[in-house]
Amino acid sequence: MADEPKTETMDAESAIQNEYRWGFSTDIEQDMAPPGLNEDVIRLISKRKNEPDWLLEWRLKAYRHWLTIKEPSWATVHHPPIDYNSIIYYAAPRKKKLLESLDEVDPKLLETYEKLGIPLDEQKMLAGVAVDAVFDSVSVATTFKDTLAKYGVIFCSFSEAVQEHPDLVRKYLGRVVPPTDNFFAVLNSAVFTDGSFCYVPKGVRCPMELSTYFRINAKNTGQFERTLLIADEGATVSYLEGCTAPQRDENQLHAAVVELFAHEKATIKYSTVQNWYPGDENGKGGIYNFVTKRGRCDGDHSHISWTQVETGSAITWKYPSCILKGDHSVGEFYSIAVTNNYQQADTGSKMTHLGKNTRSTIVSKGISAGHSANSYRGLVRMGPACNSSRNHSQCDSLLLGDQAAAHTFPYIDVQNPDTTVEHEATTSKVNDDQLFFLQQRGINPEDAVSMIVNGFCREVLMELPMEFAVEARKLLAISLEGSIG
Amino acid sequence: MLTITDLKASVAGNDILKGVNLSVNEGDVHAIMGPNGSGKSTLANVLAGHPAYTVTSGTATYKGENLLDKEPHLRAREGLFLAFQHPVEIPGVTNAYFLKNALNALREHNGEEPVDAVEFRTILEENIRIVGIDNALLKRPVNEGFSGGEKKRNEILQLLVLNPALAILDETDSGLDIDALKIVASGVNHFRADDRAVVVVTHYQRLLNYIEPDFVHVLMDGRIVKSGDRMLAQELEARGYDWIRDELSEGDAA
Ligand SMILES: Nc1ncnc2c1ncn2[C@@H]1O[C@H](COP(=O)(O)OP(=O)(O)OP(=O)(O)O)[C@@H](O)[C@H]1O
Ligand SMILES: [Mg+2]
Repeated sequence: MADEPKTETMDAESAIQNEYRWGFSTDIEQDMAPPGLNEDVIRLISKRKNEPDWLLEWRLKAYRHWLTIKEPSWATVHHPPIDYNSIIYYAAPRKKKLLESLDEVDPKLLETYEKLGIPLDEQKMLAGVAVDAVFDSVSVATTFKDTLAKYGVIFCSFSEAVQEHPDLVRKYLGRVVPPTDNFFAVLNSAVFTDGSFCYVPKGVRCPMELSTYFRINAKNTGQFERTLLIADEGATVSYLEGCTAPQRDENQLHAAVVELFAHEKATIKYSTVQNWYPGDENGKGGIYNFVTKRGRCDGDHSHISWTQVETGSAITWKYPSCILKGDHSVGEFYSIAVTNNYQQADTGSKMTHLGKNTRSTIVSKGISAGHSANSYRGLVRMGPACNSSRNHSQCDSLLLGDQAAAHTFPYIDVQNPDTTVEHEATTSKVNDDQLFFLQQRGINPEDAVSMIVNGFCREVLMELPMEFAVEARKLLAISLEGSIG
Repeated sequence: MLTITDLKASVAGNDILKGVNLSVNEGDVHAIMGPNGSGKSTLANVLAGHPAYTVTSGTATYKGENLLDKEPHLRAREGLFLAFQHPVEIPGVTNAYFLKNALNALREHNGEEPVDAVEFRTILEENIRIVGIDNALLKRPVNEGFSGGEKKRNEILQLLVLNPALAILDETDSGLDIDALKIVASGVNHFRADDRAVVVVTHYQRLLNYIEPDFVHVLMDGRIVKSGDRMLAQELEARGYDWIRDELSEGDAA
C-alpha cells in the first residue's frame, strides 16, 4: 500500500530523540542517506526520484545559495540552534509496522480523536492501525481522481508530476518562491522530497474541494514538503491542507514551501488547518514549523485567498503572502493562531501590490494562553505603479490568563500616494464577567471559554469550508482546554 | 426554596453584605428595594456565584442543598437564573447559538435529549413574541450593539427559554420605556407559577404595579432592614429611604 499511514502512536518527544526504539529500524536502514547535507546527498535524492537534470541543477543552485546565507533571527521565537548536519535528508518511503487494533494506541490520542468526532475507521488510519476492507482509502482516492481527470484537473504527488508533467513543473516551479528565497525555502528547494501538485486548466471550476483526499491520505510527506498549485485563466479551485487530528512526526524541523500561481481571472482558495504536535505542557518536544507560502496573482482580476487555523507546533513561523501583479487582483489572508503552554507563533502575511486597483485584506486573530507567545507580523507594500490600490488589515489578539503574550508588528511600505492602507489592531482579555454570564446560563467553564474564543474567531471561521469549520471549532476548544483555571 | 441566613460577603476587600436573612418559597414574588450601593446586586451575584465576591460567613440553601459551594454553572442548571443589571456582550457568538447551547446544557443536566432545530425554533418564536424583540436580534452576537432596552428584553427572553425555578431579576426595569416595562412585566408574569419563585430588584414602584409582589424588602447598608407587603413599596416611592434610616437609628438609640 503506497498510502500507508505513519505510526503516530509513539510519544513524539522520545521519538524525536531516538528513532530506533520502536523496532522498525531494520525497515528504515535499507535506503537512507547518512545524516548531514552536501551535494552528494542532493544528487542521491534527485537520482532516487529519477529526476531530470534541470531539476538536479535547480536543487544544487539552491543548495549553493543556502551555504552563503544564515538562519533568520528576526522572528520573535526562541529555540536551541538547529543542527542541520544531524538531519537525515533522504530515506526511502518506509513501510512502518501497523498496529493490530486501537487498543494499542495512546489513549490520550484516541480521546482527542473522539472529541473531534473523527469516525472510527479514520481514527485507525490516523493512528496507524491496520484497517479492514470496509474502509478502503485507495479506492476512495481513485474515484476521486477519476472525477478530477474528467475535468482535466491534474492532482497528484509532486514526484509523480515531475515524471508525468515535467513541462508544467519546469514552467512554474520557483516562479513564486525562487530557489534563492529565504533560508528555509532555499533549504526546502535543495532537499524537498515530495508534496502535492495541482493544475486546473483554463476555464475549469474544480468540481470538488480538494480536501477529502487529504483527510484519508494523511501520509507522511516528509519534513521538506513542496506544493505547487496552478490555476490557469478563469479557473477556480479550493484546496484544503492539513487535518484537525493531532499529527505527530519524528522529525522536529518542518520547512515546507507552497507556491500558488493564478492566471487571469483565476481564483485560488487555500485553507490550512495545522495541528502538529506542540510539545508537552512544558514545551518539550514539539515540531518546529517554518513554512513559506506565497501566491502570485499574475493575471488581471485574479484572486488568491489564504485561510489558516494554526493550533499546533512548538514554533510556527509562517507568512502566507500574495504578490498582486495583475491589475484588479485581490489577495486575502484570514488567520487564527492559537498558542498555549509554551508554544510560540510568529505568523502573519505579506501583501505586495504591484498592479493597479489591487485590493488586499488581512484578518488575523491571535489567541494566547498559558505561557505562550503569539506574534502577528505583516508587511503591506504598495509598489510605485499600483494606483488606486487598497489594503485593510485587522489584527486582534485575545489573551487568556496573565502569563501569555501577544505582539503585533505591522510594517507598511507605501511607494505610491494614490493608495489606501488601513491597519486596526486590538488586544483584549477574556473577561470574568463574560465567563460568568455564560456560566450563569448553565454553560460549563470550558465551553464558555471556547464559545468566547469561537466568537472572537468568527470572521475567519466563516471563510473555511463548512465541514472543516465545524472541526476547527472543536479543535479550538481542545487546544485551549485547561487554559482558564 | 431559598433560605439565606446571616449572609456576609465582601468584594475587593470591602464588606458589602453584612448579614442578610431572607426566605423565598415556591410561588413567591419578592421585591428588593434599597438605595444605590446598598448591596442588592452583590446579593444577586453572590447567590449566582460570581467569582469576584467572597462569602465571609452565613449560609444559603437552595432546594435543600448548600448553594454556596456549588459552581456557578451547576447553580444555573439547578434552576437559579440571574437577569443581569448590566448584561455583557459576547462578540461573534450569535444570540440563537448561545441560547441553544445554554438550553442544551440544561437538558443534558436533566437527562433530556438535546433540542432539535424545529423544536428550538418553536420555542424561540413563541418567546420572542412575548418579549417583543425582533427576529434579527437572534442572529446578532449576544447583546452586541443592542440598545439598553433590547438587552433587558433579551434577558427576559433567556429567562423564558431556560425556564428556571428561581429567577432573580436585577433592575430589569431600569432603562425601559413604559411599553417595554409592560412587556418585561408580562414576561415575568408569564413565567410566574406555583412551583417557581421570583426575586425582583428594583428602584421603582411602577414595575410593581405590573408585577404584584407578595413581599417587599428594603436592603440598606448590606442588611435587609425592613420587610412588608406591596404597600411598603408605595410608601418608599412617596417618602424615600430617610424615614427608614431614622427609624433604624431610633431603634439603635433605644
Ligand atoms: N467588583 C467590585 N469591586 C469593588 N467594589 C464593588 C464591586 N462590586 C460592587 N462593589 C461595591 O459594592 C457596593 C454595593 O454594590 P452593589 O452593586 O451591590 O449595589 P446595588 O445595591 O446593586 O446598587 P445599585 O442600586 O446602584 O445597582 C458598592 O459600593 C459598590 O461600589
Ligand atoms: Mg445593582
